[in-house]
Amino acid sequence: MKILLLLEHDNNDLKSSNFHTLSASQQWGGEIDALLIGYRCDAVLEKAKKLLPVQRIRVADAPAYEHQLAENTAPLIAEIAKKYDVVLTAATTFGKNILPRVAALLNVAMISDVIKIVSADVFIRPIFAGNALATIKSHDKIKLLTVRTTAFPSAQSDENHTVIVETLTTLIPNDLSEFVDQTLTLSTRPDLADARVVVSGGRAFKSADNFKQLERFADTIGAAVGASRAAVDAGFAPNDYQVGQTGKVVAPELYMAFGISGAIQHVAGMKDSKVIVAINNDPEAPIFQMADYGLVGDLFKILPELQDELSKDAKCD
Amino acid sequence: MKVLVAVKRVVDFAAQIRVRLDETGVETANVKMSMNPFDEIAVEEAVRLKEKGIATEIVIVSIGTSANQETLRTALAMGADRGILIETDQEIQPLAAAHILKVLVERESPRLVMTGKQAIDTDNNQVGQMLAGLLNWSQGTFASKIVVEHETLYVTREIDGGLLTIKLKLPAVVTTDLRLNEPRYLSLPNIVQAKRKSISIVPVAEWQVDIKPHLEILKVTAPEKRRAGIKVNSVKELVDKLRHEAQVI
Repeated sequence: MKILLLLEHDNNDLKSSNFHTLSASQQWGGEIDALLIGYRCDAVLEKAKKLLPVQRIRVADAPAYEHQLAENTAPLIAEIAKKYDVVLTAATTFGKNILPRVAALLNVAMISDVIKIVSADVFIRPIFAGNALATIKSHDKIKLLTVRTTAFPSAQSDENHTVIVETLTTLIPNDLSEFVDQTLTLSTRPDLADARVVVSGGRAFKSADNFKQLERFADTIGAAVGASRAAVDAGFAPNDYQVGQTGKVVAPELYMAFGISGAIQHVAGMKDSKVIVAINNDPEAPIFQMADYGLVGDLFKILPELQDELSKDAKCD
Repeated sequence: MKVLVAVKRVVDFAAQIRVRLDETGVETANVKMSMNPFDEIAVEEAVRLKEKGIATEIVIVSIGTSANQETLRTALAMGADRGILIETDQEIQPLAAAHILKVLVERESPRLVMTGKQAIDTDNNQVGQMLAGLLNWSQGTFASKIVVEHETLYVTREIDGGLLTIKLKLPAVVTTDLRLNEPRYLSLPNIVQAKRKSISIVPVAEWQVDIKPHLEILKVTAPEKRRAGIKVNSVKELVDKLRHEAQVI
């Protein structure tokens, strides 16, 4: 088996998603190569070299690949994919954008959001917002899949690992699309996808100003901040905070839901958290059906109390 | 410009999902079916483009059984001009759907194809990207804003870290995300009017597209359910439990 891992990065840093995809790619027990497409991405390459047990890194470094737009990176990936049995990447917006296009170019199916690799060609993936699990067998020669990062542990990197670096000279121009700009949510908090603790807020916050209370609480305890769709739609939090079926899927040690009722679409994004705490003023809220600890009450009273209680501890430490 | 919108009929977002006892899939008999909510956003956006004088005709396509006519009627009542049902009772996987849509695009020659970023039943998030790949068109996925300027389309995309804007050359495929718009409610006059709009029906076999599934669904099972834990009575008790029982803080 030959496996190709498509690396997710921003030309400066390897995304943490790659470490999860790497541990997924080890499940076939085959040779693993990595593919790095970008522009001036030397720093990423240095980090990628430490990814054990990647044997070879194929690098395409050119201005045309700077923003990894699907129109010209997909044909490049498709060309290289022909040498492999499996091509995988993370089920992030990066992977979701590019890999289906690669699949179409190869005329093979793609398997989205894999949570378990059962055998070389059998996979499990959630459907219906995680309310059902489909076990799927692929009949394609090349298997293309995105994996859900929370379902696979983070692989370690090794300083002393040696890899073969191969420079790709194929240059595919892109005259169909162009990068204009991006607005990234800058935060010193841990990344939502990897945080050990996530605190999430819903519509009950009533305003963006009130939502800041949750962000302050997150900073007190070193947590990442998430939000329900209702809170994002209402403009309390940016889109990339959304946890759920169509947003981010998280599985932290501790997930604290404040004022979130627990619609199945939200639950789909957090139900694999180790410990779930729900705080809601409605004792009948569905979230209590799946929370390990529930506290009924007004979040505007509970949040400051929690903040006090936990910052006291922070001082004790 | 002509706009083509692809819509899927799915189990309603609020319906209770029950896995069949024989593990062949999810029960759809006697379950409320609706247009995939993301596709509804795509239809709404097309109608808004028409109201702005940018779209000249909106064609809606759906792949499936004759029941999908209801889904098409909903789109027509929202303001689309005509519907096409690609009729089949077979399972159509994303690659097959993209191949079917490619044939339709070649016949209808739209300048813009829109569809939801994912269907809430199979949660694949693939068809739009696959279609763009097969056509070698530009793609704007997970769109939260689109602006058309002559032959150029600006798409602001919802990405993991925030928002990213790209400039696409038309023709293009756009997949719609939640924040693009809020679909309108159907008014009675529009529902009545939609009944007079045309829906053409094409049996999929007529097109000789390869729709053979590449993926075999071995079984569909219910996930392990989380059980309700306990209710605590105070913040102090909660902190105590998190510290000493769950040991997570």
